[in-house]
Amino acid sequence: MPDASTWDWNPGRREIQDTGSWSDKFEWVEEFHASPDGEKVGAVVHKSDLEFTACVNGETWEEDYDRIFYPKFAPDGRFTGVAQQMGEWTLSVDGKHWPENYGYIWKTTFGPEGSIICAVQNDMEYGMGVDGVLWENFFENANNFTAGNDGKSTAAVVQVKPMGQADIETFQKGIYSVAVNGTVWDDVFMNCYTPVFDAKCEKVACQVRKTLYDYTIAVDGKIWQREYQCVWAPCFNPATGALVAPVRLGGKWGMAQDEELIWNNTFANCWHQQFSADGSKLYAIVAPTFGSFTVAADGKPWSITAPVVIDLAVSPDGNRAAALGKDDKAYTVMCDGKVWSGVYEMAWKPVFSPDSSKVAAKVEKNGRYTVVLDGKPYGQDFDQCWEPVFSPDSSKVLIRAIDDGKFIRIVAEVSEF
Amino acid sequence: MNSVYAFVVGPLAWFAWGVFIFGSAYRLVSMYQLAKAKDGSSLHYMSFKYGFRSIMAWLNPVGTLGWQRNPWTAMVTFVFHICLVIVPIFLLGHVVLWDQFFGISWPTLPDTIADIMSILVVVCCIFFGARRFLQKDVAFLTTGKDWVALVIPAFVFLTGVLSYHEIGDAKVMLILHILCGELMLISIPFTRLSHAVFGLFTRAYIGSEFGGVRRCKDW
Amino acid sequence: MTFDRKIEDAGLERGVSRLTPERIENTLKQVIEGEAGAKLKLYAETCMRCGMCSEACHYYMSHEGDPSYSPAGKVHQTLGKILRKNYKVTAEEIYEMAQIAYTECNLCRRCVHFCPLGIDTGYIMSMVRRMCHKLGVTPQYIQDTAHSHSATMNQMWLKDDEWPDTLQWQEDEARDEMPNLRIPLDKEGADIYYSVIAPEPKFRTQLIYQAAYIFNEAGVDFTMPTEPGWDNSDMCMFTGDFEMMGRLKKRHFESALDLKVKRIVMGECGHAFRSIYDQGNRWDAWEMYPIEVVHSVEFFWELFEAGKIKLREKFKEPITIHDPCNIIRGRGLMEQSRKLAHALCENVVEMTPNLEHNYCCAAGGGVINCGPPFKNVRMKGNKIKAEQLKATGVNTILAPCHNCHGGLEDLNHYYELGMDIKFFGDLIYELMEKPE
Repeated sequence: MPDASTWDWNPGRREIQDTGSWSDKFEWVEEFHASPDGEKVGAVVHKSDLEFTACVNGETWEEDYDRIFYPKFAPDGRFTGVAQQMGEWTLSVDGKHWPENYGYIWKTTFGPEGSIICAVQNDMEYGMGVDGVLWENFFENANNFTAGNDGKSTAAVVQVKPMGQADIETFQKGIYSVAVNGTVWDDVFMNCYTPVFDAKCEKVACQVRKTLYDYTIAVDGKIWQREYQCVWAPCFNPATGALVAPVRLGGKWGMAQDEELIWNNTFANCWHQQFSADGSKLYAIVAPTFGSFTVAADGKPWSITAPVVIDLAVSPDGNRAAALGKDDKAYTVMCDGKVWSGVYEMAWKPVFSPDSSKVAAKVEKNGRYTVVLDGKPYGQDFDQCWEPVFSPDSSKVLIRAIDDGKFIRIVAEVSEF
Repeated sequence: MNSVYAFVVGPLAWFAWGVFIFGSAYRLVSMYQLAKAKDGSSLHYMSFKYGFRSIMAWLNPVGTLGWQRNPWTAMVTFVFHICLVIVPIFLLGHVVLWDQFFGISWPTLPDTIADIMSILVVVCCIFFGARRFLQKDVAFLTTGKDWVALVIPAFVFLTGVLSYHEIGDAKVMLILHILCGELMLISIPFTRLSHAVFGLFTRAYIGSEFGGVRRCKDW
Repeated sequence: MTFDRKIEDAGLERGVSRLTPERIENTLKQVIEGEAGAKLKLYAETCMRCGMCSEACHYYMSHEGDPSYSPAGKVHQTLGKILRKNYKVTAEEIYEMAQIAYTECNLCRRCVHFCPLGIDTGYIMSMVRRMCHKLGVTPQYIQDTAHSHSATMNQMWLKDDEWPDTLQWQEDEARDEMPNLRIPLDKEGADIYYSVIAPEPKFRTQLIYQAAYIFNEAGVDFTMPTEPGWDNSDMCMFTGDFEMMGRLKKRHFESALDLKVKRIVMGECGHAFRSIYDQGNRWDAWEMYPIEVVHSVEFFWELFEAGKIKLREKFKEPITIHDPCNIIRGRGLMEQSRKLAHALCENVVEMTPNLEHNYCCAAGGGVINCGPPFKNVRMKGNKIKAEQLKATGVNTILAPCHNCHGGLEDLNHYYELGMDIKFFGDLIYELMEKPE
């Protein structure tokens, strides 16, 4: 990950860019994006006559394109976008595009060392590429693209056998498998979903639909011996390598670890499980009864519930968790089994400080945006703002925002909230 | 004959009422348990407001599309059910029994009215029976269970009318009438007649779904 | 009574060829006693076989009172038969049941308005379909659609890149007409997430074009996602594959929740609406949609009321309006659809019956998706609709639902009605004020 300790953590407010003036320079300016360190703001801009480029801190890229989409800052601050020229696609990084063109590329993600991973279609065949280096084998179709946290390993669900139109027979015999770095597992299945790497990027697991009715989990192509009515995305324990997945049995959901239930199947739903970094604790979003959701820690649900719970975050030390509750149009932040008093029009995934002692979240109220820390809003709201970042020592919060046409970077002491 | 009479109005009546009350309660409770276990995603939407609204709408014999498009059946259904419920409760002969056994009584219907209403029930049953024979779509659906559900109340009221008019052996007819009534009580929880127990709930449920989820009337 | 209308279908034939008496008995028992609960039991038990529902059904009305097409008649031949025979039914009988449940009932629920006991025949037919699904006896074409859903999360086998590529293509096309038009992709925090069903990018791209044009003209802050989840349709709900229905809705809603949008606006589709507020959400244990979903009919009316859409002129010819079951009987949008129709047209002629009592198009409920083998089932089974349309004496029909469109279009040709069928979006795009 980019080293946040090298960022400017001097408390105070700094204006980075007069973004308001951009609209004078271009026919239109698309959505603004902020770099993680808050030192840059970028957007796709339309110069004229359907010529597009990107503008970062007021500087436009040299190259123009017919179209740019999927604009994203890499963690190290490079601005990237999928760019189209003469009907072909490539990736432009800080205005310099990769030498190769592709039938289509999309779904840019970044490795910790700065590698750039994309889904690629070439000559109507599908695969993935890392820094423009593509898999050796491409496939008739691919989806559910994923990358390991080493920034090099990639996997996707791929179609390995051809299938004619409306050929239900062939489909049900299985035409899908998982390709890891372009190499396909030996077995084929009816469906595979959400491949996921373990912490060392040595193993890959995914959901498998064996038949129209039986679901299970596969690890490196080998399926669990038990079948379930349904399963959701599995994940590996980062410490032990054990594999857990929500499973449905008897119409109710529980959590299975390496085939056996570790949380009884008592839930109306159970998904988005997440281990603590040391692997000692397992959290998940669960519905203890129909229509009411909460967070469960090691199988024990919190007492507070909401009709919808999303965006579960686990603290670095694993002892705390936070998520968003949603009731009709009102969002709340749920943390450690309690609800913060604020009610928001929108809230973003909570962020824990590195020492796990604080939680912050971006929120929207009355059409204005700000950051809330441990339930207390920052003293100012903005036209636009990005998700907060804590300093490595957990004492400060970086707020990136646009206020009155200016992109600003505020380093606030946590005591300021 | 007197001992038979004593038996049917005594122990057998207790038994029939017992089966009716406890059987109905058992069916309601077990059905609720089953619904809780298996139909959580339906039960959740039960709403008093919309359930009640739906029941009220369907209590109006011209108020729903179904009743409007089947006017004769609607009329007969209403007459049948009103008489079926009112006559047994307010018939002098029945209230006398309540008074005799429990010392409680309430106003009663004039015998002539009750007699007419009872005859109406029998006529309605004939109408329903004729539909089951003559109307193609109804005949297609009819099974033994439907005849059972029709014949039981028909016999209850037929024997009641015959007994009132002293046609046939009065004592035998009266005992037959009581037996039929008891058979009906026993049948309610366990035959198609169970719609008497469950009907309000199925009605309220669909009313809740239509009112609460689908924002639309269910009539 | 023998079943004399068997239609050959590769999916149904393949399915029954694999059945054994044990599998039939076990599967039926497992669904009725294991999965289903009090609701199905009560419906089976308390239905008085009064036949009052017969007239509710367009199939019954179109087949001159053939009792085997009445709602209760269809239950009698399916669930009723299973229970009467104590789960011991033959493979051939399963074929018939599948044909009845998948192609002779649109799950439109018109019969609910006829049943004094409130029996939901649509639910019973869904459960019959569930049993057929679990027996592997489903019509070929709708099963293929279900396979597409499972493999691509959309119903038209669109690959992951084909979707954003189509949006960009439509954006290019529309820029010829409105140079600054945008279809913003993955715009986090937009007010509106616009969601369509896969036949739009596959066959009816002009609908995406029109919607983009209208939204841009009205200044709507909208976005469309680049990733799967964009297709809100759900044929798995209709095949009886409820697990896949739950998976599809999870993907759809999470795609919108992740983009932090306020609402989903969906195109003029009916069944997808049913899936998002009534059936799919429930499988995932969400009481309601986890994020508000607004149908185009509501949203267009909202734009009108706010003065964001201005008309150049109104539609002058007389026009009639068809009430799709899933947005009218399913969601009470009759008022908005009328307001919108009257705002757009000078002369709206109502059908009889109309509103929540309207006759179905016979395409919905997955029936049209069962494909060519069953087209005539829909045509012959909906003569009543053709007569109803003819009786309006007008030449244009407004039908805010894709399946209704398909169904009415087919009826239009089959019965030579010579009518033109439009979406609200078509009319608005045609009649709105456009910049010079």
